[in-house]
Amino acid sequence: MRHVAGRATRLFYDLRFRAIFYQVLAVGAVILVGLYLFSNVSRKLAEQNIVTGFDFLWREAGFVISQTLIDYKPTDSYAWALVTGIINTIWVSILGVIFSTLIGLVVGVARLSKNPLLAFLAFLFVEALRNVPLLLYLFFWYALIVTTLPPVREAWEIVPSVFISNSGFTIPSLNWSPAHSVVLGALILGGFLAIFVRRKLIAQRVETGVERVLWPWTALALLVPVALAILIAQPDFAINFPEKGRFRLTGGAHLKPEFTALLIGLTLSAAASNAETIRSGILSVRKGQWEASRSLGLDDRQALRLVVLPQALRVIIPPMTSAYLSLFKNSSLAIAIGYPDLVMVANTTMNQTGQAIEGIAIFMLVYLGLSITISLIMNWYNGRVALKER
Amino acid sequence: MKKIKGLKWVVGLGLAAGMAAVSVAPANAQATLDTVKKRGKVRCGVAPTSPGFSFADDKGVRRGFDIDICRAVSAAVFGDPDKVEHVPLNTNVRFQALQSGEIDILSRQTTWTFSRDNSLGLDFGPVVFYDGQGIMVTSKLGVKSAGELSSAAVCVLPGTTTQQNLEDYFRPRKIKYESVVFENTDEWRNAYFNGRCDALTTDRSDLASVRAIAQDPAAHVILPETISKEPLAPVIRQNDANWKDIVSWSVFALFAAEEMKMTQANVDTFLKSQDPEIQRMMGVNGDLGKMLGLDAKWAYNVIKGVGNYAEVFDRNVGPNTKLGLSRGPNKLWTEGGLLYSPPFR
Repeated sequence: MRHVAGRATRLFYDLRFRAIFYQVLAVGAVILVGLYLFSNVSRKLAEQNIVTGFDFLWREAGFVISQTLIDYKPTDSYAWALVTGIINTIWVSILGVIFSTLIGLVVGVARLSKNPLLAFLAFLFVEALRNVPLLLYLFFWYALIVTTLPPVREAWEIVPSVFISNSGFTIPSLNWSPAHSVVLGALILGGFLAIFVRRKLIAQRVETGVERVLWPWTALALLVPVALAILIAQPDFAINFPEKGRFRLTGGAHLKPEFTALLIGLTLSAAASNAETIRSGILSVRKGQWEASRSLGLDDRQALRLVVLPQALRVIIPPMTSAYLSLFKNSSLAIAIGYPDLVMVANTTMNQTGQAIEGIAIFMLVYLGLSITISLIMNWYNGRVALKER
Repeated sequence: MKKIKGLKWVVGLGLAAGMAAVSVAPANAQATLDTVKKRGKVRCGVAPTSPGFSFADDKGVRRGFDIDICRAVSAAVFGDPDKVEHVPLNTNVRFQALQSGEIDILSRQTTWTFSRDNSLGLDFGPVVFYDGQGIMVTSKLGVKSAGELSSAAVCVLPGTTTQQNLEDYFRPRKIKYESVVFENTDEWRNAYFNGRCDALTTDRSDLASVRAIAQDPAAHVILPETISKEPLAPVIRQNDANWKDIVSWSVFALFAAEEMKMTQANVDTFLKSQDPEIQRMMGVNGDLGKMLGLDAKWAYNVIKGVGNYAEVFDRNVGPNTKLGLSRGPNKLWTEGGLLYSPPFR
């Protein structure tokens, strides 16, 4: 008997066992609370005769979404409307991430410039943008577009067939067809192929020491797939020119002010914080690295690109991950200026069906899922650039 | 590492406790009347700003048609029309606020529809305003009817019936349009005034109130088509029949008063009336008040507090106000309108 009791006590004082025990307890408690909440809510809703469940997702949505990347009609289901909203959210976020990184890099480097005017301008940019709430900036950019540009009937035609007005920016476009998608795919493929070929050639040059002109091979790798795709798919290159109708411009491609204002707002405010992150990353690299690069004969730009930035990335990536996440989540402010993102579509859905709990659950899950995806990608990238201890 | 594990545990417990605390306070929706009496105020969900229906005047006092409906209920319950606490709500939270018990009545230009009535756990009182969705355009466009709006951009508000009505109206007529949706009414109005949209759509009464605050109201025309039926009614929770009766009969008292030519000014003279129905309504005879759980003079208090329906209408949205609405279908049944009160017996 005493032996068993002794073992139990020993188990209890075992650090590993305790750690696991407490974690199981904590997870269990959370699950229990979750279950309690779920049953409580279902019971209350049933008591109040409020319909629950996800059946509404398959009913006809019956509302128009003004900007879509995929084919959506009001006769489609609520589920499809939500997918359209999710894609709109992702689209504006991806563009925001790309542009804010590029602008952030330029501004961050400019802040470190020896040219005082450039450094000061970069400083002004950062301080002006990160010290005002994003929502106010969204209203500002939107109001700027809508009030300063002329109404669409008096649109400025800056170059023939390119119109700018408070309904956005309209340019001639192709009538997009699957054939065009094939060509686009071929272009992307060619891009990867070109990068691959170039790397191979450089590796060969390092190995053999024979100088060879690289660009014709790279260009070939890029263009051959595209040429093949054009020959096979035979896309129609007829151009669709915008024309002034009674109310709007019809035809052409159309960049709407809601989207533009949101993209500008998200991009610039994230660019300001990214600039600071990048600056701090560059400053975190020791002076000795610069001096060593110079003594190797690299000029400042080469030193920055080849020596300093790769090391700075280690400091830059983790805060950039949070910046990207907040950009993605901030895109939900779109609702204030009328861009149909996930939140707006979910809100409309909730209002038309009255199923608020389900609607909120859907958009929380989507945000959670996408945020975790962004984190995973960034953590993977962080692992790649992290200091490899050997 | 160990520290972090400890932290997780604490966070977990904290979360659990927080969630439990949130879930302990379910809305006990039974006996709204008792809750209201105990609180001493009727909590009423209203529009944040909708000229003529719900807006704060220059002294900060909330006025409007929807506000007067709440005041009528307050008068019926407390004998005083001013025991109302207004809760300004956007269109997309209004039903949840009512379901959760945060408000007792929703009086917010809300359209009575089948699915709202049957899936939200809510009930609608009598229709207080027969409205319909209309479309407003700037007059310089020269548009004469909604059928001409092909490829126009239309500004709409989300979370209302208007988005679907617009689609229902345009789809069978094969009219393509661009809808620009705004969450916030100010942004929505400004987008239209700035020319981002060619047309603005919402209930006709609401269009009139937007036009009333335009720089030049004459520069805007409301098109003749009424593209939907919008019966606006106060909303209450489904599980309290008594409270529904109180709200409904407070509204009927307004209709009946107009029918019986009672006004805020002359209602006292009706206390001495020999007409048995008036006697019952005024609480001089019978016990109608007791059946509702209210004071015998509840209906008298309603009329004394806010006047009859015509007075409420004219004061807030009628021809002499900025909105300048005519009664239209909102006339008594005796005058060819739709307002009809069941008998007080």
